[in-house]
Amino acid sequence: MLQVENISKSYLDVNALRGVSFELNKGEILGLIGPDGAGKTTLLRIIVTLLKPNSGSIFLNDSNIIQNRTLARTQMGYMPERFSLYQDLTIQENLIFFGELFGLEPEAIHNNMEKLYAFSNLKPFYNRKAGALSGGMKQKLALSCMLMHEPKVLILDEPSTGVDPVSRHEFWKLLHLLATEGTAILVSTPYLEEAQECDRVALINNGQFMALGKPDELTQQLEAELFEITSPTITSLYEEFIAADYRNNIELFGYALHYSDLEKIGLKQIQQNIKKMKSPIESIKKISPSLEDVFLHYLKGTHE
Amino acid sequence: MSNIVEVVNLTRSFGDFKAVDTISFTVKRGEIFGFLGANGAGKTTTIRMLCGLLLPSSGQANIMGYNLYTDYEKIKATIGYMSQKFSLYNDLTVRENIEFYGGVYGLTRKQIKEKTKELLESLNLEKQANTLTAALPLGWKQRLALSTSLLHNPEIIFLDEPTSGIDPVSRRNFWLIIYKLAEQGKTVFVTTHYMNEAEYCNTVSIMKDGKIIALDSPARLKSTYKADKMQDVFMRAIV
Ligand SMILES: Nc1ncnc2c1ncn2[C@@H]1O[C@H](COP(=O)(O)OP(=O)(O)OP(=O)(O)O)[C@@H](O)[C@H]1O
Ligand SMILES: [Mg+2]
Repeated sequence: MLQVENISKSYLDVNALRGVSFELNKGEILGLIGPDGAGKTTLLRIIVTLLKPNSGSIFLNDSNIIQNRTLARTQMGYMPERFSLYQDLTIQENLIFFGELFGLEPEAIHNNMEKLYAFSNLKPFYNRKAGALSGGMKQKLALSCMLMHEPKVLILDEPSTGVDPVSRHEFWKLLHLLATEGTAILVSTPYLEEAQECDRVALINNGQFMALGKPDELTQQLEAELFEITSPTITSLYEEFIAADYRNNIELFGYALHYSDLEKIGLKQIQQNIKKMKSPIESIKKISPSLEDVFLHYLKGTHE
Repeated sequence: MSNIVEVVNLTRSFGDFKAVDTISFTVKRGEIFGFLGANGAGKTTTIRMLCGLLLPSSGQANIMGYNLYTDYEKIKATIGYMSQKFSLYNDLTVRENIEFYGGVYGLTRKQIKEKTKELLESLNLEKQANTLTAALPLGWKQRLALSTSLLHNPEIIFLDEPTSGIDPVSRRNFWLIIYKLAEQGKTVFVTTHYMNEAEYCNTVSIMKDGKIIALDSPARLKSTYKADKMQDVFMRAIV
């Protein structure tokens, strides 16, 4: 459906993108993950023709959209990182405004509004001005406004930032529904458990794709075995690991630490080594890596 | 351990809507207090009251012994606050931002000079001192914002979603700073929508529709809700 070929872009002396290529298929959700400043927003802005690349081409169903921007604008829906709502309009007025802007009939506007309220839980506040909403409510309203129209291709730049876990769950149900109806979705996200929900994921760093594949394929690429270590005093245990020079092996994961066995010494030896730690260790077990492990692995040493 | 924040039946209405509805809790000196909740639950509204920026409709609260109704000027000057919206000036350089906030917090010229040098060093931002803040990656901006809110060496700091939208590596780095602050004896009051981060708090409160619906240590919350992770605690508490 969407074909991106060898896109490069530089600002002054910075190469924001260096030859990015990929395809987005009908009904597919492709996740874009990468550190701050990796080039995610630049790439998305180029795809929706708000920015011109220095080289490369983009085809939407075989038409070159860099030369035909109207096509891009009518077929694609874009939710930028920062989206301006009409602060003086109520929730409902904003939704209707955007529905009309996208040329929907009143009945379609009404139906879409109900569908979107189901995800956002904003219905009880329909009469409140956008300016008086909380941060996450604003974000959900912005998303809903953009989703009022039903484009063939959806481009979302960090749509769920600041959205609470329950609404995030509902939001992803909605994206899956749109995908089964045939919408192609390209979405960047800082929540890696969301990336796990995508059909395919691209990891971008320094303006290049470092990996692209199904979540399972990406996690299988990690060679080292991974162990989850739990402790009632997780942060002090983490600090002990860092002090003992395990910086490359260990990552904090909230309720647990992840230890990657880069040296291939095996569970027995690891258990032996960590006996010396003062912090109590509750359990240690082998786990399969998540996308967050993959992300941290690829970024080791290249970050900051 | 003594309490640094004491809140009793705090309420704030907008018209006839109760954004914060008779909540009570205490925060112990030196703890990391995680203030979680659904969107629109009333977290930011509560924080703005505790920081002396918004008057309550009813209820009582004191911060470090200061009363919310009478001592709010004092509170504003003594606490640290990093708002949900980015609070630095994008069109000032990194150095100018630090100097500006030093002035706001009433530091002397000499103190500002020393603090600026110290911060640029500790944040590894010496090379970027004269770049516009707008050009920094978000993770760095947030660390800079945190540092400026610490310029006057407050005992307690309120962080409203400091890690929203920043990448997993920067997020971990940010939390390492939070532990350091707690180790130095500072109290950290923090909101987040990342449930992994809730695991690192000493106490967690979960809000919904203006009320606190759960309040305990992560370990006890997990056993109450029969969950392995705070993610599941949250989903079960809110739904
Ligand atoms: N000035 C106002 N007028 C009317 N309602 C308001 C006003 N300010 C806040 N509210 C409402 O108060 C409620 C609580 O908002 P608050 O910003 O405290 O939520 P929050 O818990 O911080 O949410 P989020 O996670 O989205 O940041 C929301 O329903 C919001 O719309
Ligand atoms: Mg808030």
